[in-house]
Amino acid sequence: MSTPILEARGLTRVFRVGGFLNRHDLHAVDDASFAIGGSEILALVGESGSGKSTIARLLAQVYTPSAGEILFEGTPLTKLRSRADQMRYRAAVPMVFQDPFSSLNQSYPVSHGIERGLKLHRSDLDAEGRRSEAERVMEAVGMRPASEALRKYPYELSGGQRQRVGFAQALAYKPKVILADEPVSMLDISVRIGLLNLMAKLRDEDHVSLLYITHDIASARYIADRMMVMYAGHVVESGPVDEVLQSPQHPYTQLLVAAVPDPRAMPTMTAEQAAGEPPKVIDPKPGCRFADRCPLAKEVCRTTTPPLLELQPRHEVACHVAADRVGRGAESEELGRAADLVGSAA
Amino acid sequence: MTGTSTDVRTTTTERAGADEPGRDAPVLEVRGLKVVYDTASGPVTAVDGVDLTVNPGEFVAVVGESGCGKSTMLFGVAQLLSPPARIAGGEVVFRGQSLVAMNDKQLAPIRWKNLSVVMQSAMNALNPVKRIGDQYADTMRAHGVKEKAEITKRSEEVLALVGIDRIHLRSYPHQLSGGMRQRAMIAMALLFAPELIIMDEPTSALDVVAQRSLMLQIKELQRLLGFAVLFVTHDMSLVSHFSDRLLVMYAGQEVEFGATRTVFDRPAHPYSKGLLEAFPSIRGPKVPLVGIPGAPPALNAMPPGCRYEPRCPFAYEDCKTVVPALYQVGGSRARCLLHSPDHQPPAGQPVVAVVTDEEVL
Repeated sequence: MSTPILEARGLTRVFRVGGFLNRHDLHAVDDASFAIGGSEILALVGESGSGKSTIARLLAQVYTPSAGEILFEGTPLTKLRSRADQMRYRAAVPMVFQDPFSSLNQSYPVSHGIERGLKLHRSDLDAEGRRSEAERVMEAVGMRPASEALRKYPYELSGGQRQRVGFAQALAYKPKVILADEPVSMLDISVRIGLLNLMAKLRDEDHVSLLYITHDIASARYIADRMMVMYAGHVVESGPVDEVLQSPQHPYTQLLVAAVPDPRAMPTMTAEQAAGEPPKVIDPKPGCRFADRCPLAKEVCRTTTPPLLELQPRHEVACHVAADRVGRGAESEELGRAADLVGSAA
Repeated sequence: MTGTSTDVRTTTTERAGADEPGRDAPVLEVRGLKVVYDTASGPVTAVDGVDLTVNPGEFVAVVGESGCGKSTMLFGVAQLLSPPARIAGGEVVFRGQSLVAMNDKQLAPIRWKNLSVVMQSAMNALNPVKRIGDQYADTMRAHGVKEKAEITKRSEEVLALVGIDRIHLRSYPHQLSGGMRQRAMIAMALLFAPELIIMDEPTSALDVVAQRSLMLQIKELQRLLGFAVLFVTHDMSLVSHFSDRLLVMYAGQEVEFGATRTVFDRPAHPYSKGLLEAFPSIRGPKVPLVGIPGAPPALNAMPPGCRYEPRCPFAYEDCKTVVPALYQVGGSRARCLLHSPDHQPPAGQPVVAVVTDEEVL
């Protein structure tokens, strides 16, 4: 496989919480490893507090990792020291935010935000070039006629149109990967699909990759190529989207899939399954974080963190029981124990 | 849990026998409800003539996009509107009494005892500086329950009903998770075993698993206690397996009202059809979806004919000028000229416009 555009290795972010006397560590993201290749949409799903947005912010360099590293086209981000390198990274990996009502500047027309970004990141362009580039990206996100759309103020646009402007801004930098943090969850159902189709078009026609963060599994299935499921800061399963949804291996993914409301099929989740809440990951001990809610949990699940293992080609699962099912239980326990030792030493 | 719930069930049935005008009379009847907002440029109609009935023990869901007037309608039903919003017409009849004509003093004994409301955000609806138990006690005292032991007993009962340990009566809202707070709100709504609980998107701030679990719980409580639910949501798929009847609202009007399964299987209004087709499924083959192009009309600039006409793929000439009434379609009713005998589309076939995936300004 060629070098991925973005790669995370053992990415960890710990927040200090509490006061002077009762200081604790909150593990928002713990030992996450994944890669985003060219022209692909990776969906990152999980409930609120599972660490999805922290991953986006780590990739956008809003937070610095507590441990682990992020590689951009094979180069660790820590090596990108010069301002030019930093700018190049930020242009290549822009972010689109959840709330289109607060992420645009209300005081300026739409063109302002796009052209400001162009001035900063594409200094080769003159005023004329910026104008035509702005029109190009507006057309690319389906806002036509572009010249007229650029003159509009955010209050003149609907939620769906504003979010398209958000994508246009990101697109103006000629990005490699767009980090989209719940880009459609604030929009009405009827316009959501249009945005999802736009994201698929950006991948297929403009060859941009996307990290699509969402809690809406059905929309993830609709556009994503691969899917990564997080639970309490851990990546618990990742693989091709249809494979993960059709044969989920991790008990949490199974619960998640069963809970999705689908008017075309009866729900399969029962009240017993749904009981329990995700744990707060404060000063965590080794072990599977889903163990307390898991119907299949064994003794080892409570003592040893299950490592993410490729149980089927390209389909990774972090679960001792699932590993055992394909005859790799011992390996899972051994690797987990070794990783826990390293973790506790650090 | 089983012990307490049996107690509650007896109280409900006793009350149902004693107070209700007739066993099968609807618990809530809304007729032609019209709510306007008084703005500087004149009154704007947010809810335009909604008719709705809720039978005892029934689960009625109201769905629609943001700005379609569903929450305003709900507030109008619960008599919670405050200026600039006001009820400009129509009737809200609850247990045979008209609520619109009542003042606050007359409403007070009904509120919470017979009709309770669960708000969208429990975070904002619960008082952050008071313990859960104190908030329950406040509510009960306001309705004349003074006995301390009785208050504690009832508070523990309702908390047990929603599966929260009674030690949380001593907890502050911030000490509970989002799902627990929402369940604590529902428990609060159950303090007096009301006949009708109005719920305004109670699950929209929750994750799918918590959402599903809360819906299952509401349904179970309903089976146990027999209250009716009027449930507002923007997520049609959420209620597909839980509601008995479904009201679809668009631009302040009722566009379709019928049995939930019928609306899902054979939507009579193009808007309901469009909404249903905008949901990707997690099962079955992947099909390209288009959603509904455009945006709902502004409240002060309604199209002269059908309000959905500018976005409707089935629209024809008559739709631009004729205001559609609600037509009976099988067991449901729908506000669409396709179902009117007098305004059939030319050549008997609706013209299906090409739907593109772009925003036309």
